[in-house]
Amino acid sequence: METKSENQQEKEVNKYIRRKTILSFSVLILFFVCAVVGWKWLRQQPTNAGALKPLRTLLNANEKVNNAIFSETHLAKEYPKSMAVKNVRVNGNVGMNDDFDADNWKLIINRHPENSSPDSTLELTMEDIYSIPKRDIVFDFKCIEGWSQITYWGGVKFSDFITKYHLGTHSGKTFDTNHPEDLYKYVGLMTPDSEYYVGIDIKSMLQPQTILSYELNEKPLPMNQGYPLRLIIPVKYGVKNLKRICYIYFSDTPPKDYWFERGYVYDAAL
Amino acid sequence: MKRIKKKHPLAVRWFHWLNFPVLGIMIWSGLLIYWANDVYRLGWGDKTILKFFPDSFYKALSVPFHLADGMAFHFVFMWIFAINGLLYVLYTAFSGEWKYLLPDKKSLKEAGQVLLHDLHISKYKPPQTRYNGAQKIAYTLIIIMGLGSLLTGIAIYKPVQFGWITFLLGGYEWARIEHFALTIGYVLFFVIHIAQVVKAGWKNFSAMVTGFEVENVVVAETVIQVEKETELEDSIKARKIIQVENVIKEEKIIQMEDVVETKKVIETEKVIQENAIEVTKDIEEKKKVQEENAIEAKKIVDAEKEKIPNASADVDANQTKTLLAWKQNQKISRRKK
Repeated sequence: METKSENQQEKEVNKYIRRKTILSFSVLILFFVCAVVGWKWLRQQPTNAGALKPLRTLLNANEKVNNAIFSETHLAKEYPKSMAVKNVRVNGNVGMNDDFDADNWKLIINRHPENSSPDSTLELTMEDIYSIPKRDIVFDFKCIEGWSQITYWGGVKFSDFITKYHLGTHSGKTFDTNHPEDLYKYVGLMTPDSEYYVGIDIKSMLQPQTILSYELNEKPLPMNQGYPLRLIIPVKYGVKNLKRICYIYFSDTPPKDYWFERGYVYDAAL
Repeated sequence: MKRIKKKHPLAVRWFHWLNFPVLGIMIWSGLLIYWANDVYRLGWGDKTILKFFPDSFYKALSVPFHLADGMAFHFVFMWIFAINGLLYVLYTAFSGEWKYLLPDKKSLKEAGQVLLHDLHISKYKPPQTRYNGAQKIAYTLIIIMGLGSLLTGIAIYKPVQFGWITFLLGGYEWARIEHFALTIGYVLFFVIHIAQVVKAGWKNFSAMVTGFEVENVVVAETVIQVEKETELEDSIKARKIIQVENVIKEEKIIQMEDVVETKKVIETEKVIQENAIEVTKDIEEKKKVQEENAIEAKKIVDAEKEKIPNASADVDANQTKTLLAWKQNQKISRRKK
């Protein structure tokens, strides 16, 4: 009697072990099959602005997170001038064609995106820029490729610039922090040949370290660094620091962005 | 008879197997990003022992010119990696599993023993509980590394908004190096982990899938029985020893008592002997005195006989006896004094 029940018990235990083992391994194999199939599916998805659609959707969600954690009181670390490098790296030459006529350069600003009438546009020269108080910044310039350099720039704060010329507002009045809804949500910038262009959210543009720069290491910008005027925006990767600015425009929808179209995140926020 | 021994909870198995492909994607996409500025190497001065990474390595994995892809995958899968890791830590913390995983004082020594054994330097193998010392250290370290990857990752990803993290990690460049080094650490961990799993065998691997390990109870029971028997024997031996010791103690006490008694007896005997000697001396002296008295009495009697020859012998004898007795008594009392 005793041996019989023991045998039966043994059979039951063996059955349980076999059942559990088969089930567990099946689930694991199924999981890996799903992972591989899911991976292949993901890789074959159509792209949206150079990025696979599902990833683009999630990257856009990331940008909302970035937007939520952004504060203009979070400043990029600044360094003493002595730490700035002498040989500043030149990276990227899109929009930097040799046929650029520097002498006849003008900064062309479009106040309102829906209105391209002559009175909506504003043309400025370097003299107009020089009339705004100068602001220097020495900071760690970060390229999206992964390198960084402590560099020393001089120019005018973008917030000072739009204040002086009553730019960036729907109403055309001087921007007022009490009326943020009057501000356009984005700023677009473009090279004279329209080959390189970026779009940047207004909050980052108004961050106090964002400057329209005309000096590098206390000298006028070299041609390959964007003479006569470039953007320096420490809260963004280098790709947003557009060289040789010609066009500036304001918009409530994201302006077109060169690297966004090639699969990068739109905000390039740091 | 087989017995089921539970080893890995279902949640832990899911965290583990989910982390495997996710970490794989993180490392691969990280490599795509790193390629765009691949400045790290092992070496000194102009001498380079190992470049991270050789061109052939990049080509084999078709790494070049995929920075945007790398960033897209990295910044999407980072959420799964982080949340999975966080849930694992919370699970181990609240389920009590951490007790098996957290190293203690003995773990470092045990880890050394495991290492020496695995390298075939030492034959001693520490007893394997759920996790040995080396495992405890490795599995705790990998979680700390995961946290390190999160923090260094945030420091690179948002160096302005989370500037304080970047600062604490030694700045942007250092955070990037640390992030890279941790990844190399994962790869090394992976290699050792796989080698150990292969070495530990199928049963151990199967437990990470099914959650349990199958034990042969007969063997287990025999072991237990043997242990019990040896225990019993030991206790019996111990008892015997105690008994023998008790007996010895008792004997000693008895001996002691005997000795004391014997001494007493001897002393009494001595006293008796002394008394006996004295008594014999007395008797001898009495005899002497009697003899002397008898001689004297005879002389007196003879002298009396000569004075009164016809006197009755009986009266003579009686008188003599009384006299002698008195004299004897007088002599004894004098000697004693």
